[in-house]
Amino acid sequence: MTSARDWRGLLFVAPFLILYAIILIFPLLRGVWLSLNQVDLFGAGHFIGIANYVRLARDPVFATSLMNTFEVTLMIVPPLTIIALLLAIALNRAGKGAALIRGVFFSSAVLSVTIVTLIWRFMLAPDAGLLGYLAKAVGTAPPPFLSDAQLVLPALAITTIWWSVGFPMLLFLAGLQQIPEDMYEAAALDNASRWTTFRRITVPSLRRTLVLVVMLQTAAQLQLFGQSQLLTAGGPSGASRTAVLFLFETAFGQWQLGYTSAAAEVLFLIILAVTITQYWATGRATAQEAR
Amino acid sequence: MQRGRLGIAGWVALAVAALIMVAPLAWTLLLSLKNNAELVGHSEAALHGPYTLQNYGAIFGNSLTLRWLLNSTIVALGQTAGVLILASLAGYGFSRLDFPLRKPLFIFVLVGLAIPSQAVILVQHQLFAWAHLHNSYPGLILPGLVAPFGVFFMTTYMRGIPRELDEAAMLDGASRWTVFWKVILPLTKPAQSTLAVFTFLGAWNDYWWPLISATHSNMYTLTVGLAAAQMNYAQTSGLGYLMAQAVFASIPIFIVYIVFQKQIVRAMAGTAVR
Repeated sequence: MTSARDWRGLLFVAPFLILYAIILIFPLLRGVWLSLNQVDLFGAGHFIGIANYVRLARDPVFATSLMNTFEVTLMIVPPLTIIALLLAIALNRAGKGAALIRGVFFSSAVLSVTIVTLIWRFMLAPDAGLLGYLAKAVGTAPPPFLSDAQLVLPALAITTIWWSVGFPMLLFLAGLQQIPEDMYEAAALDNASRWTTFRRITVPSLRRTLVLVVMLQTAAQLQLFGQSQLLTAGGPSGASRTAVLFLFETAFGQWQLGYTSAAAEVLFLIILAVTITQYWATGRATAQEAR
Repeated sequence: MQRGRLGIAGWVALAVAALIMVAPLAWTLLLSLKNNAELVGHSEAALHGPYTLQNYGAIFGNSLTLRWLLNSTIVALGQTAGVLILASLAGYGFSRLDFPLRKPLFIFVLVGLAIPSQAVILVQHQLFAWAHLHNSYPGLILPGLVAPFGVFFMTTYMRGIPRELDEAAMLDGASRWTVFWKVILPLTKPAQSTLAVFTFLGAWNDYWWPLISATHSNMYTLTVGLAAAQMNYAQTSGLGYLMAQAVFASIPIFIVYIVFQKQIVRAMAGTAVR
């Protein structure tokens, strides 16, 4: 019944669209333009084509920060997904006890990154941390989690997994609720083992949730920033500098605005490419299964 | 709901995992209850008494921490209100009204879902500097209002409301605005509360934007204030005081979490099914 096209409908969407265009789209487009210019804090800047990108490709600090980002993402996403899935399966039951434990595992997810790093700084610090104390109690030297180049990314990964396990767990729990009971009853009648049931029923039914969790977590961890900035300031000697920390330093420490913009575009494209690849790959896998 | 027995090994594993989850929180709480001098060089003193509330007393004697609490509250409530208003209006427009360029504009909004904040933060910083909005409440609130997800969420929700309802009201001579305000909006309460809780949590915990926009310590939010405190804690406050700040800053958000647990769980269920 909707009446003919009426421009007045625009009035409802205009407030959002105006802010959206000014605060999100304009900065996105201007960022692309800045990335093609030499701009610092002073002066208007001038067009230099792709020179910023060429410089990025040769910048070992940027390359290291990208590698660190990929490494820490790989250290976080698979364990986080598996732990969240196991917790969801274990806690997918009625009763106050299970509800309480679900609440415990979700509780860290509502904290801000600054509180999380504050907590973990004094878990990990060799001199003042709980882990250092426990190490001393069993007679070993406390591992220098935050000052050893080999240990620092795992330390950031542990902190992040502890912080982020709640959301994927809830997503998996919601997914488990969707699996029809009779599928399990049929499996039980066939005397299927628990492992077979898990592999043949639970995992395939959760495929969409799995994809969602992996995609969301990968995109989030590729932008890991606060943990590395606050716990280690990217150290020791750049061993935990992530790509977004690199952006933050070149922008708000050194004010190399054109160069930062180029790095931001590269990271944006990487995130987009990874997300689309994951989506496409799972789409293909599902299509093949259906055949 | 119950799927088989967990078995003793399962329960033990679960208990260990829960212990790992709780230990850092408990450790933080214990540290916050200790005299600062006692903790210097001996943080394990936190494992036994005597405990004291002096660090919490010190927080209430420190106007800056209370100011950060106020700032976080203003920013989080401001963003929540703004997102609800903008997303509801736009959701109604996109789901119910026919206007020129409706479809392209909606796709234009969806593009925003893929834009990571790090790709726009530099120019946003320039823009707000140009408008003299840094270190102000509007400056802290505005970027959070641009939430394409909110528009997408409200549009989808409103599309699910039967059209007969507003058509009947229109036949009675109600204007579009009346239909929106009197018919549609009251029906979207569940969606409003879900969106509100998530916007509030996100705004309260945001670190990235206030970190670069609020440079005066009296305009810090709690997240930025705690970041500054932990970076130079060695010179200033003691470990116990620092941890008391962490506990103090988490209390409001834990209250929100406990009160709105249902909304959070329902929203997660919605995301997973979609």
